[in-house]
Amino acid sequence: MENASKPKAKWSQVSAASRRQFFADTARLACGVGLLGLGLGLYARHATALPPVALRPPGALPEAEFSAACIRCGLCVRDCPYHMLYLAKPGEPLSTGTPYFVARQAPCEMCEHIPCVKACPTNALDHALTDITKAKMGLAVLVDQETCLNFLGLRCDICYRVCPVLDKAITLEPQSNLRTGRHTLFIPVVHSAHCTGCGVCEKACPTEIAAIKVLPLQLARGQLSAHYRLGWVEKEKAGGSLVAPDVEHSYHLPEGMQYAPGKGLSVVPPGAEPALPQGGAVPPAPTFPKAFQGDKL
Amino acid sequence: MSAHTLRPGAEAIAEKGWLTAHKWLLLRRASQIGILLLFLVGPWFGLWIVKGNLNYSYTLDVLPLTDPYLLVQMLAAGQTPENLAWIGAAIVVAFYLLAGGRSYCSWVCPVNLLTDAANWLRARLGLKGSAHIGRAARYWILAMTLIVAAVTGTIAWEMLNPVSMLHRGLLFGMGLAWAVVLAVFLFDLFVMRQGWCGHLCPVGAFYSLIGKLSVLRVRLPAREACNDCMDCFAVCPEQQVIRPALKAINGAPPLILEANCTNCGRCIDVCSKNVFSFGTRFGAAVPTVAGAVSPALK
Repeated sequence: MENASKPKAKWSQVSAASRRQFFADTARLACGVGLLGLGLGLYARHATALPPVALRPPGALPEAEFSAACIRCGLCVRDCPYHMLYLAKPGEPLSTGTPYFVARQAPCEMCEHIPCVKACPTNALDHALTDITKAKMGLAVLVDQETCLNFLGLRCDICYRVCPVLDKAITLEPQSNLRTGRHTLFIPVVHSAHCTGCGVCEKACPTEIAAIKVLPLQLARGQLSAHYRLGWVEKEKAGGSLVAPDVEHSYHLPEGMQYAPGKGLSVVPPGAEPALPQGGAVPPAPTFPKAFQGDKL
Repeated sequence: MSAHTLRPGAEAIAEKGWLTAHKWLLLRRASQIGILLLFLVGPWFGLWIVKGNLNYSYTLDVLPLTDPYLLVQMLAAGQTPENLAWIGAAIVVAFYLLAGGRSYCSWVCPVNLLTDAANWLRARLGLKGSAHIGRAARYWILAMTLIVAAVTGTIAWEMLNPVSMLHRGLLFGMGLAWAVVLAVFLFDLFVMRQGWCGHLCPVGAFYSLIGKLSVLRVRLPAREACNDCMDCFAVCPEQQVIRPALKAINGAPPLILEANCTNCGRCIDVCSKNVFSFGTRFGAAVPTVAGAVSPALK
């Protein structure tokens, strides 16, 4: 074939010197661009770590996937009716052009129709999210008990009252106030199953610096080891105790004394039978629990 | 021969009048600025004709437009978009298959305004000398951005891309983007002639791949009239594209088929002999396609 032999002939006509020059130029270019690529890659790795105050919009994929899926168009920013989303600018410690919000400045107002997710042309904001209460933008954590007004004994309750997932994401748990000895502390407790990480609590916290903050899930969340079982849950599932029942506790008390939980030590009133479990009593014959009956649990 | 002492295009102005000798340049500036304004009237005046930016935009809530280069990077990084983004990319690719791939560079891209300014200033200041990097560097960089996207699983180039940085910066806040943009301007002004757009930019390189097949072309219906004044070479941002068609190298047809022609039309403006005009790649005699396509680069 004429065409096929033509370039070959041309190549052999090229002088050795210019051929060497060609390889040298190509190598120079490849190495230069390779170095640029290495720098870019390292920079990209570095910049995918999201700073803790920056939260992603509802439905955002986990950070590693998000930085691949987000097309940096800003449509979520434009369609947010509360204008609380921003695109990261060069120089900010986030992937340039990706959306974020800062809860203390302006939290997510949890629109029912989630316009930001609908606007996303990629799946960076997961379109499977249709119920905003299922969003997981982060997790509220009462990070500073020493400055939380409720911990100090006041009835601030603001985080509890402003929470859009009222009485589910944050509950107030009564505890006795040991300082005064007569009051109750109403301790705000966040429940991760319901908290969307919208940040309304952090925004509303009246202290100088918020005592409750929304943190990214990977920072805020712990996890039990896979082999852990909650005894009481398993017991309920199985419909009965799975282990041998506790042996009834017996107290070794001085003669003529008795003990009752909550009441404490007291002298056995004259005439009364001494409390039985003083060591001499025979415990009832144990019925074998399931664990000992050859069941596969 | 007097053209060597005059500024490029002087002869054309004398022959055709200033307006005709700047027709395509003016239209191009109108297009670049007009498109930018379409985006800007949203954030400036709350008039939302177009939302988004050059990466992806949504016009009048009906027309999605996606930068196909971004889509490819996303795929390389292991993610797939929603339907609207696919449709948007298809529309953009179809449009540039008609209008010429790198028409994006000269008619849309905001960085072109800056690099054109840098090159204008470079000429006015008489700055000679330019770093040498081959024009193929952009394809290496294009490949590199896709490899980095695949390896890191992020659209890494977006952290450096002056094109989207400038456009997004104007719409959403510049941050330190001005530094990157200034660097590109100064690079083109002092370091390398046509440095960014003509040698390095992978966005342009990507659009040039579409441009290999595109329909709208600069034609040279009167190439015999050429008087070798060199004005077209002086103004062309991709000078290597002109010679094969103008000088019939390897029997090339009177038609610029090089993928990197940006369809800026400046050669049409500055030619006093009206050698150039816009047309399609079809029609007229195409002597040997193989010969025409073979790049006589240097």
